[in-house]
Amino acid sequence: MHHKEKHAFEPKIIAFVCTWCTYAGADLAGTSRMQYPANVRVLKFPCTGRIDPVFILKAFQQGADGVLVSGCHPGDCHYIAGNFHARRRFAAFRKLLEFVGVDLGRLQFSWVSAAEGGKWVEMVTDLTERVRGMGPMREFKELGLEEQWSGAIDTPELREAYDSI
Amino acid sequence: MSRIGVFICHCGENISRTVDVERVAAQVGTLPGVAFSTDYKYMCSDPGQGLLKKAIQEQRLSHVVVAACSPRMHEKTFRKAVESAGLNPFLCEMANIREHCSWVHEDRDEATAKAIEIVGMMVERVKKNRVLPTITVPVTKRSLVIGGGIAGIQAALDIADAGHEVVLVEREPSIGGHMAQLSETFPTLDCSQCIMTPKMVDVANHPRIKLYTYAEIEHVEGYIGNFQVTVRKKARSVDEDKCTGCGVCMTKCPVKKIPNKFDQNLGMRPAIYVPFPQAVPNTPVIDRENCTKFKTGKCGVCQKVCGPGAVDYEQEDQLIVEPVGAIVVATGFDLYSIEEKPKGSAIKGYGEFGHGKIPDVIDGMTFERLASASGPTGGKILRPSDGREPKQIVFIQCVGSRAREKGISYCSKICCMYTAKHTMLYHHKVHDGQAYVFFMDARTPGKSYDEFWRRSIEEEEAVYIRGMVSRLYQKGNKIVVMGSDIAVGVQVEIEADMVVLATAVQPQKGADTLAQKLGISYDKYHFYSEAHAKLRPVECATAGIYLAGACQGPKDIPDTVSQASAAAAKVMTLFAKDKLEREPIVARVREAGCVGCFYCQKVCPYGAVEEKEIRDRQGNLVKVVAYVNPGVCGGCGTCQATCPSKSVELDGYTDEQIVAMIESL
Repeated sequence: MHHKEKHAFEPKIIAFVCTWCTYAGADLAGTSRMQYPANVRVLKFPCTGRIDPVFILKAFQQGADGVLVSGCHPGDCHYIAGNFHARRRFAAFRKLLEFVGVDLGRLQFSWVSAAEGGKWVEMVTDLTERVRGMGPMREFKELGLEEQWSGAIDTPELREAYDSI
Repeated sequence: MSRIGVFICHCGENISRTVDVERVAAQVGTLPGVAFSTDYKYMCSDPGQGLLKKAIQEQRLSHVVVAACSPRMHEKTFRKAVESAGLNPFLCEMANIREHCSWVHEDRDEATAKAIEIVGMMVERVKKNRVLPTITVPVTKRSLVIGGGIAGIQAALDIADAGHEVVLVEREPSIGGHMAQLSETFPTLDCSQCIMTPKMVDVANHPRIKLYTYAEIEHVEGYIGNFQVTVRKKARSVDEDKCTGCGVCMTKCPVKKIPNKFDQNLGMRPAIYVPFPQAVPNTPVIDRENCTKFKTGKCGVCQKVCGPGAVDYEQEDQLIVEPVGAIVVATGFDLYSIEEKPKGSAIKGYGEFGHGKIPDVIDGMTFERLASASGPTGGKILRPSDGREPKQIVFIQCVGSRAREKGISYCSKICCMYTAKHTMLYHHKVHDGQAYVFFMDARTPGKSYDEFWRRSIEEEEAVYIRGMVSRLYQKGNKIVVMGSDIAVGVQVEIEADMVVLATAVQPQKGADTLAQKLGISYDKYHFYSEAHAKLRPVECATAGIYLAGACQGPKDIPDTVSQASAAAAKVMTLFAKDKLEREPIVARVREAGCVGCFYCQKVCPYGAVEEKEIRDRQGNLVKVVAYVNPGVCGGCGTCQATCPSKSVELDGYTDEQIVAMIESL
């Protein structure tokens, strides 16, 4: 038995994965009895192509400290090209997140195939440790609570932007 | 208000060992909308499913969550159970608390807390699930078989004998595969050609088998029951309908010295050739790379001598579309060639044991050709370097295989047995010769296998040395093999005349590219993955595609033939119905919101999005919206994530369902 270290902060990690590759890879990690931190919650999609960037925002807003998006390797998509659309979509989305000030260390995109149980474990462990080091993500949660456009956050910049619409 | 039933499985002890299942049941029982929650030792068993059905009826449940193993394992089982209790199967969801929880965490409190959250998430999701009607699609009762080795031949014959048409596609100019190259087969020592070639002829003569040789799969579209496969029939430069197979072209071809791949490059062939005399079809192919006519424009001898006028230099590749309902993949194996390292290969250990440098260091398949009566030496065991008979021969086992540090950790399964056979064949042909075998373990699990292996030692005088070879070098016309005998604890040095390496079995080259065309998964060695290692060993996770033979993992002939017949049986099961029920996970357009931008059409990989005109009662065009053809839709949901007005939804994965899951966390 490993000696388990107790941490002051346990990050919440939400993973959006495709059924065919990464979900199956995570299943393989299970059947191989590999061990990894219990911080991750997995949401299954048919394909990474189905994953709307809004879900990532929603996850952060809901208190996720890290988000993982993973599907089939390029070329291996069960739906021919869904992961290519996802790749392009997330490349643009990352820029946007960076622009609004989110530390991209909290968001991991990767490819994990059905055969890569070990890679799944490695990725979840790394992301958990990294996010643990970064501390809790509060910004989106607070924004979500305070209703961004209701005027509850009242800065001159926001007001100006709001009035100009 | 929904009345959700939650059923927590112990999975024997697989879940309950780490997850406190009673606590999970008690905790999720308090969630709003949950009317009933319980735990049981084996939910998937008959009493477990009975309990589920009884609860649905007695508790008047509206939705069900089964917290157990991965949905990839038992989703179908539980959805069927739910259906038999009178609920729509899509009102049942599985929470994966085994593969994603109890098996990957050790801390009981942590795992229990996680399990509660996973179940809670699925409870929120299932509340938003809608009744989905099953979609039925017609089944095209024709099958494609990829690969014409023994696996593909067996599968094709079985399916065709059952009365269905088969399209058999083989990359090489002839069917037969590796089995046609073998000399004699273990454990009975019957001649491989004698049992193989009649089957090849059966294929050629079968009224329901359409054979494409020298052809490859170009493109695959569609889904179970309804695939559209484009086959590229490479230009043979010989008209198959006119050719009589007389062989005059081959004897008259002035280019004669091209190494024959079928003979492991030991024998020679002309530029217009059949790979071996028993080839099926017996129609030659012009190897355009080596043909003088194609290289310089001069020659044309074969065309002049061909009586029926079958030689056609102008012939081009043909693309043929074949509609099929099922696909059997039987692309087989190749031996790990350690001669040179292919680009990008993760495998180390190329050039080991002088392979490729010392001419008399050969692999197992080359030995097969030497021992074969139809081989380049007429069945005599002779050294490739000088044609002399080797008097001392060393066999080295596990070359490449079971060597994690070199990149291949698996056992190639067939080498122990074929090496035992090689020592016997050698002893039968070179009476005064001595065979030595360096081995790690002898693996002989199979009917009459161990008896066969023992015979090679006890009656055929092969000397087995337990230990690996450390070094091997050429000394004059001998090969010095240095190794250790760990059973006795001494160093061994043998001056051999020939060395045979039992190199690792690998999938055929291009296995990954084909997998990508088919949309099936493969492991890190590029062996194709079956849907379940034990219970669904011949099906792919992709519906309608089945596996046969060594493309799935190293296999001997009996195992290959069994799997091929099993795959054929699966195809026949599919073809037993006229209509097929498919998962109703398809996209649907909300026409009121659709603005007709057709971004969805651009991203749809299946071409399932059509244009639909909306007209008023007078017949005036109001607008053009998108329409998803449910028969063609693959269910990836890329359209939904792309739609700017959120007017297309993937049933079973709606925004509402996903947001409900995120919000539960």
